Order: sequence, then structure tokens, then C-alpha cells
Amino acid sequence: MTDATQQPDRVRSQWWDIWDQFKTHRGAVIGLGFLIFITLFVLLGPLLWQVDPGKLDIRNKDMRPIYTILWDSEAKVSWAKPLGSDNLGRDILANLMQGGRISMAVGWTAMLLSVILGTLIGVLAGYFKRLDGLLMRFTDLVLALPLLPLLLVMMLLFRDSLRATFGPENGIFILIVVAIGITSWMQTARIVRGDVLALKEREFVLAARSIGTPSRRMITRHILPNVLSPIMVSATLGLATAIITESALSFLGLGFPSDFPTWGKILFDSVDRMTNYPERVIWPGLCISLTVLAVNYIGDGLRDALDPRIRGQ
Amino acid sequence: MTIKTALMGAVASLAFAPMAFADGHEGERGRDGELRIIYWQAVSILNPYLSSGTKDIDASALVIEPLGRYDSSGNPVPYLATEIPTVANGGVSEDLTSITWTLQEGLVWSDGTPVTSRDVQFTWEYCTAEGGGCAQAAKFEGVTSVDIVDDLTVTVNFDGPTPNPYQPFMGGQSPIIQAAQFADCLGPRAPECTDANFAPIGTGPFVVTDFRVNDVVSFAANENYRVASQPAFATVVFKGGGDATAAGRAVMETGEFDYAWNMQLAPDVIAGMAEGGVGSPVSAFGALVERIEVNLTDPSPDLDEGIRSTAEAPHPFLTDPAVREAMSIAIDRELLVEIGYGQAGRPTCNLVPAPAIYASDNTGCLTQDIDRANALLDEAGYMDTDGDGVREMADGTPLSILYQTSTNAVRQDFQALIKEWWSEIGIETELRNIDAGVFFGGDPGSPDTFQRFYADVEMYANVFDGTDPQSYLGAYLCDKAPRPDTQWQGENINRFCDPAYDALWQELTSTGDLDERGRIGAALNDMLTKDSNVIIPLVDRGRVSAHANSLGGIELNVWDSELWNIAGWHRISE
Repeated sequence: MTDATQQPDRVRSQWWDIWDQFKTHRGAVIGLGFLIFITLFVLLGPLLWQVDPGKLDIRNKDMRPIYTILWDSEAKVSWAKPLGSDNLGRDILANLMQGGRISMAVGWTAMLLSVILGTLIGVLAGYFKRLDGLLMRFTDLVLALPLLPLLLVMMLLFRDSLRATFGPENGIFILIVVAIGITSWMQTARIVRGDVLALKEREFVLAARSIGTPSRRMITRHILPNVLSPIMVSATLGLATAIITESALSFLGLGFPSDFPTWGKILFDSVDRMTNYPERVIWPGLCISLTVLAVNYIGDGLRDALDPRIRGQ
Repeated sequence: MTIKTALMGAVASLAFAPMAFADGHEGERGRDGELRIIYWQAVSILNPYLSSGTKDIDASALVIEPLGRYDSSGNPVPYLATEIPTVANGGVSEDLTSITWTLQEGLVWSDGTPVTSRDVQFTWEYCTAEGGGCAQAAKFEGVTSVDIVDDLTVTVNFDGPTPNPYQPFMGGQSPIIQAAQFADCLGPRAPECTDANFAPIGTGPFVVTDFRVNDVVSFAANENYRVASQPAFATVVFKGGGDATAAGRAVMETGEFDYAWNMQLAPDVIAGMAEGGVGSPVSAFGALVERIEVNLTDPSPDLDEGIRSTAEAPHPFLTDPAVREAMSIAIDRELLVEIGYGQAGRPTCNLVPAPAIYASDNTGCLTQDIDRANALLDEAGYMDTDGDGVREMADGTPLSILYQTSTNAVRQDFQALIKEWWSEIGIETELRNIDAGVFFGGDPGSPDTFQRFYADVEMYANVFDGTDPQSYLGAYLCDKAPRPDTQWQGENINRFCDPAYDALWQELTSTGDLDERGRIGAALNDMLTKDSNVIIPLVDRGRVSAHANSLGGIELNVWDSELWNIAGWHRISE
């Protein structure tokens, strides 16, 4: 071989291989596209559509979405409210954007928190035999904790102080993210531990150990990359659970204040009028389910892309 | 053959139709077949003395009856008694310390044995027995003894002058039970008598045939009922469970049930269901008032526990009547009714909107007046000095309040609207909603109960029992304030304290004359609402139920069980 042929190989990192493999998964690409779209929608949307989501406009309540005019020429519609308005005249489009910001922020942060916690505990328990019993019994213990009573207690203990320090909205945000995060890492931890236990006995790990690789390098270099796929999958599921748990909490009054929209809350508030105004459930419902689906597909594509045995096939 | 049958059927129905219209609610017992009732809270016991749940009291109203009931306008009507005793007819003693009831002659229990004054006396013994947790003990408060005069006459003696002696044995909460059946069920043994508690022997129009706890109760017509032509229905199925939406649909859209209780739904939702054409909603108004309670004490989390939200720490600005009045007149009550209750509500400025003799003619708050509210705050010296749209006190404290209520779609809509109006008068509002189980749970350890009131204002509805508001108004006496040494129990939620109010209430307790009582009651109501705006009433809420269009004889009653006249319900021929 000559230097000329080796050069391009060195520049090309393995992430390009991953990307190439990822591109062949159509669902994942569409999912990624949608996720970028919805993220831009909630982040940049309010800059373009400058309507206050909390603004009441009783005279223009119960507006239908603009497309209703296609089949019902007498419907109450207006270009000023393209997706209609709710029973108090709040603009649904603006609410979807604002609600999406909160839901996505809660979902991502809680998911990251639970994945980091779960991976850390799972890897430690799987790799170090001495920690295994202790950490797994701790996992069982947390698994047995019911979320709602725990949240009630957390509310009692921390609500007033968090509210005083960070303001009502940010205080609740931190509380909810932490609550969801620390009550949903256990599945990840168990799955990761199982995989680590299996990996530990493989020949390449034995080989790495035989040349004296320290535990720290072993975990970061050999174990973690190989358990990345189950972590990715549980992360995508975790995002979905976090968004849904947040909506359930808001519904019970344990979540955000009622004038603070999230996708789940818009959905819950609209259920009573589902037959008359189906769009009010369909839009937030679509947002939640498509986001969750997109993230699931991305997870699926990433798992394929990250697995060297599948790559290139 | 089929055509012939059809024609004959048509002829027959034509012939019978006018007859059916003429005497729709007369005829032999059990002629109308089955009546299907759905309550979205399931029945768990058929003994009102062991449960204060409305669903249990209502279901037992089919079987056991009191001496007298309140009709739909709040007037007492005799049931087992021959007439309602009054001072005028000699039934109530001149000094208001006793009341004498006379039972109708020839009354029998559904097992055929006669009803006697011993049963009435036993009912009192049952509820007041040592070691028993009688749910209706309040009904017998102040009763020293129940004496048997003869087989059909009993005298109830009170420990002092009682201007309203119609507490014991009146209304669905205190029916007469059979002494023979419950004889071994006194005191602590009461909950153990499952047979009696699940199938009491009664005098009412129906008897229990099957009872599945927290699911369904089946009833059949009582063959010994005192009116020969009643009840019109041979059987009743009393189904429990689900939610208000499902119950409403079952009656008004699909027609699976004939009667559904307590439609707590937004007006446009109910109207949408009524378009189904099978059933319709009915509403009636009592004294249930949705109101905002203003905290006169400081709920700031900076204060120590034990001082926070107690009389030791007066509120910085809500103690100022001008602020409270401005908050009250900034609210458009008509709009609240339109959004939240429709036909089932009407705007009110009164804490006691009914019965008529106690209702004050206070209507000043009904028109929203943002300008006057702003002027009031300007005069009182609350100015927006830093230009952020929120007024400040002289020392710079912003007029910023925390507004809490229970979790309920209609209440959250109200919060959003009221927050908007208050922002127009420069008061900043933070909203909070708490799960109803916690908010109304009364747990002294929880900071989120409505009694604890760790917020500046809170919204809920409350009502009084029966037709006399004396004890209801008595809730606002100084010493009824919830505080740490009462385990945060107490009904004076606002921590209102006015010696003049206490004195006037004392006067009410010793006044027997009904008109005079009405005058004092209205004056007390005004002291809390119009004069001080400590309570900001919003909506007089009605009770809404739904019934099939083919069901007749329904007269929705807010003063008693809503199934109070079920004996007279019948099928309207169509």
C-alpha cells in the first residue's frame, strides 16, 4: 500500500460510517427530519407567530381551524386564528408552540437525567462485582417507590423554597424534571447491567485486560460503546414516558400552574369537547405521538448504525 | 298476518294514547316496568347513618323515609307524619324546646309489621349510641331525649330553645329505621350488621332485592307502600360508577339509562349531549355558591410555621377593604356563568342566595366596572411606580397574589378569566390548582388544604344543609378560624373577625320569629359580602341532573335527596 491510498481513510472518522449507515434507514431519516422540524417549530415559531398564548379573547372563542371552511362554509373561522381558539378564546397555534417548548424541555431534560443516572448505576453494578448487590438492591428499592406520593412529598418539602429561588415556573420545572428523572432510571440501569455482565466475559475484554487496561479506560473504550444501543433505545422510550408523565402530573394539579400550557395539558383540557372540536385533541395528540415516534425511529436507526456487525450490509 | 298485527297495534295505540295522556301518572302499581338510574359514584351502603355520601343517601331514599321532607322550594312537607308540627298547630312548644310528631295511621314496614313511635325513638338511640360513629350525628345535636307519648306520637326534647327544630327525622339524611331489624346493631356493632345495612326494611316505595357493593343495586316495588297506585315502576336498577360525561351520554345520547345525577360538565358539553334528543338536563337552585375567599392573614412562606396564615400576621394589603372591593367589581360574573355553568348557574353577590327569606337584595357587584376598580385602588394609594403594570404599596411591595383552587376544568377556566381581569386593575396573579382529594382532604399535615390557606385567595363552593343558614353563618365567628392549635380545622377560612358580627349571630340563635331571622340572616350575609368583600361570591350554582324524555314526575330538589319523590315518577307515553 502507498501513502496516497491510506490518507483518505485516516481523515474519514468512524462517525461518517455511522452516518452513512443511518442514512439507509428511511424511517430514521424521516424521524430526524420531523424532530428538527418540530424543534424549530417550538423554538422559532413564537418569533414568527407573535400571539400571546395566554391572551383571552372571549368574543372569538370556539373558532374552528381555517381548513374547516373547505367542507363547512358556515364554520366560524379566521385567518387570525389558523388553528382555531379554545373555549376561552386562546389561540391554539400559539398554545401548541408554547406547550411544545415546555413538553420538549421537560422530556429531554428528564430523559437525559434518567439515562445518565441509569447508565452510571448500570455500568458500575455490572462491572464492579462488589457494588453489584448494593446498587441493584437500591434499584429495587427505587423501583418500589410510587411516583405520585413521592411527588406529593417533594412538593411539600421543596415547592416553596424552589418557588422563592427560581420563580413559580422554573421552580416547578426543576421539581418535575428531577422527579421524573429520578423515578425512571431503573429500567435503563437493569438493562445496562445485564449487557455489561455479558460483555465482561467476551474475549476482547479479556484481551484488553491482559494488556493491563485500567478499569476507567475499559469502561469508556470497550464497554460503553457496546452498550450504547440499549441505552439509545431506552432513552427514546424515556423521552416518550417523560412527556406523558408530565401531562399526567399537570392534570392532577401537581404540575405546572393551569395558565402554563404543555401539550399534555392542552390535550386533557380538550377531551370533554372532543366530539364538537376534534381538532383540539388531534393537534396536541399528533404533536406528542409524532415526536415520540420520530425519536423512536431515530433510536432504531442509531442502534443499527452503531452496531458494527450490521454496518455495511 | 304481520300487516294485520301491525294495523291492530296501531289502532290499539291510537285508542289508548288519549287515555295515557289523560292519566299518565295514575294506574296500578308497577305498570311502567323498569327504571334505570345511573350515579357516577357507586353506592356502597344503604344506611345514611353510616355514610355521608350523597349517592348513599339518595339510594337509601328509595327504601327508608323520614317523618318529613323538604319539597323543591324548600318548604317542609309531611311524609310519615300526619302534618309538620309548628308553634301555630301546637306541635312545637311555645318555648321552642320540644317538637311533637304524630305518625300516620296504618303505616306498615315492607315486611308487613306496623310502624310505631318506638321506631322513631330507636332511630335516635341508634345514631347517638355510645361508641358508634354516626355520620348524621349533627342532625341530633342538642336532642336530650325522644319520648314516646303513645303508639303514634313522639316528642323530641332539646337542651334549649331551638328555633329550627326540624333537624332530627327531617330530610333524606335522617330517615326512620326499623327498631326490630337494627336492634342488635347499636354503637360499635353498627357496621357489622351487613344484612341490615345493605337491605334495610323500610316504608319507602321500593325494597332492595340485590345489592352489589360499589356496583349495582336492584330494587322492586314495595307491595305494602301506603299509596296504592305508587310506585309506577315495578323494578329499579341503580347502577354506579363511571364519570359524569359517560353518565350524561348514557341518558341523553344513547338512552341506556333514564336518570343521571350531578352533571358537573361545562354548559356547551351538556348542550351537545342534549342534542341527542333522548334526554334532557334539569336544574334547580339552592344555596351552593362558588366564591373567592380572601385571606386576611399573611401566607408568605418567609414567615415561620405557626405564624404564617394566622391572625398573628395580618395580610399586607388584602386587609384593606378598598383592594377587596376593587377585586370584586373587576369580575364579570355574567361571563363566568356563561363560560362555566350556563343554565346551571346564575351570578350572585350573596353568600346565602336562598331560601328567599334569608337572601339579601345585594346586586351591586353584578356589573363589572374596571374603571371604578382602578379608581378605588388609585384613591387608596396603590400606584404602579416602576411601570411594570403591577401596582405597588407605599413601601414597594407589589400587589401580587397567589390564587388557588381544586383541579377541575371549569375552575381553571375561571382562574384564567379572573387572572386577566385582575391584571387589568394592576394586580398580578399566580395560579395554582390542587388535587381535590388533597385540597378538601382536611389533612392537618398538608400545607395544601383549603383550611390551611397558604395562598392569598382561594376559590371553591360551599352549601348549607337543610333550609336554615344559622350554623353556616356561624362559621365566620372569630373563634372558628383554622389555626395550629385547632389542628388547622375550622370553617372561618378567611380568619374574619368582627365582634359586631359575633354579637349579631348570637342574636340569630335566640330568635324564633321567621321574618326576624330572615332580616338578621341577610344582615350577616351583607357584613361578609357587600360591606367588607371578605367573601367574593361569584356564581349561585344549581344542581343539574339529566333524565330521559320519557320519564315524568321529576321535580329536582336541592333541599333534600333528589330522589325524594321517586314514588311518583312514571313513564310518559309517547
